[in-house]
Amino acid sequence: MARETPEVNGGSLADIAFLLLIFFLVTTTMDIDTGITRLLPPEPEEDQQQDVQVNRRNVLVVLLNRSDLLMVGGEVMDRLALKQKTIEFFTNPNNSPNLPVMEQTEIQFPPGSSSLLPPDGVWRGLTSKGVISLQNDRSTTYGKYLQVQNELVAAVNELRNDFCNLYFDKDYDELNTNIPMEEEIYEGIRQIYKMNISESEPKDVGGRN
Amino acid sequence: MSKFQRKKGKGAQRINTASLPDIVFMLLFFFMVSTTMRETEVQVRVTVPEATEVKKLEKKSLVSYIYIGRPVAHVARMYGTEPLIQLNDKLVSEEGIPYESIQDFVLFEREKLPESDKNRMTMSLRIDQDIAMGKVDDVKKALRRARALIINYSARKEYRQQGRQR
Repeated sequence: MARETPEVNGGSLADIAFLLLIFFLVTTTMDIDTGITRLLPPEPEEDQQQDVQVNRRNVLVVLLNRSDLLMVGGEVMDRLALKQKTIEFFTNPNNSPNLPVMEQTEIQFPPGSSSLLPPDGVWRGLTSKGVISLQNDRSTTYGKYLQVQNELVAAVNELRNDFCNLYFDKDYDELNTNIPMEEEIYEGIRQIYKMNISESEPKDVGGRN
Repeated sequence: MSKFQRKKGKGAQRINTASLPDIVFMLLFFFMVSTTMRETEVQVRVTVPEATEVKKLEKKSLVSYIYIGRPVAHVARMYGTEPLIQLNDKLVSEEGIPYESIQDFVLFEREKLPESDKNRMTMSLRIDQDIAMGKVDDVKKALRRARALIINYSARKEYRQQGRQR
């Protein structure tokens, strides 16, 4: 005769699960890390004095003083206008003699990837030789500094994105760098619009207290 | 009078709790999957700034954290209220530019990574938005010397209205 197995009391199961739940709630975090990735320049070797001569028209000086005021290329500017100014600086649309030299460049894209490119896939056009020099005071607040960095990055991102949309009908962000062909496109566009931001040693750029 | 009078009024009806464990387990699994273990106790107060161009940090194992901010209350009793630097889980007590602490920290963290990822190590800088740049520049200088060149300025996503942007 089959004896019935006694049923396990499941009443405390909820308590156990609650205990586990609370443990995980306390010991874990949910925030996803987001941020702006930048590359620091390597420290120059002791013996090599780097005094790269840069043409003055190729440099846009972005200054942040100790009272968080922004000066771009000699004029005081609002943060939100900086992006447009940077885009203008990097593209030099009217071939102005005050804006950076544009250089004829050839960039290889995968052949046949875009109908706007010649069959061999080589893009021929002008790229900027401009460099942005970002300088800050030791008393500048970090929040303001990052906002300025953000505007500069936003400008370059927009240029890249526009190019990518025009030629490849896709957002620059959506390129999948695990696919060789898309990675080539990604790198190519990166070459056309370089993120040339130089961060000089901070000095006391002054300003009212 | 009636023989079939309902029993009532003797205590509230008991709710069937048989499915309670299932519900709680579901919650539990949700939290287990969607969260990560907290590895360090942050001893400085950090409110990271907002930015529009933020990207997600992809591989957590490659990332080491540097915090800069004013110490929280119980730490402030020992160290004062001046901004402090915290490397993963320990506070820096070095005076001036913390070359040595950061050098040691970078070497130690790099040693933990597999050979193929050693040059992809990322330093996530979680810095309070009200900190003066002097401290940040010191850290950046030390990171350059330690050859940890990939950095990530931690920031929250800021949503800006398209129209205002011009």
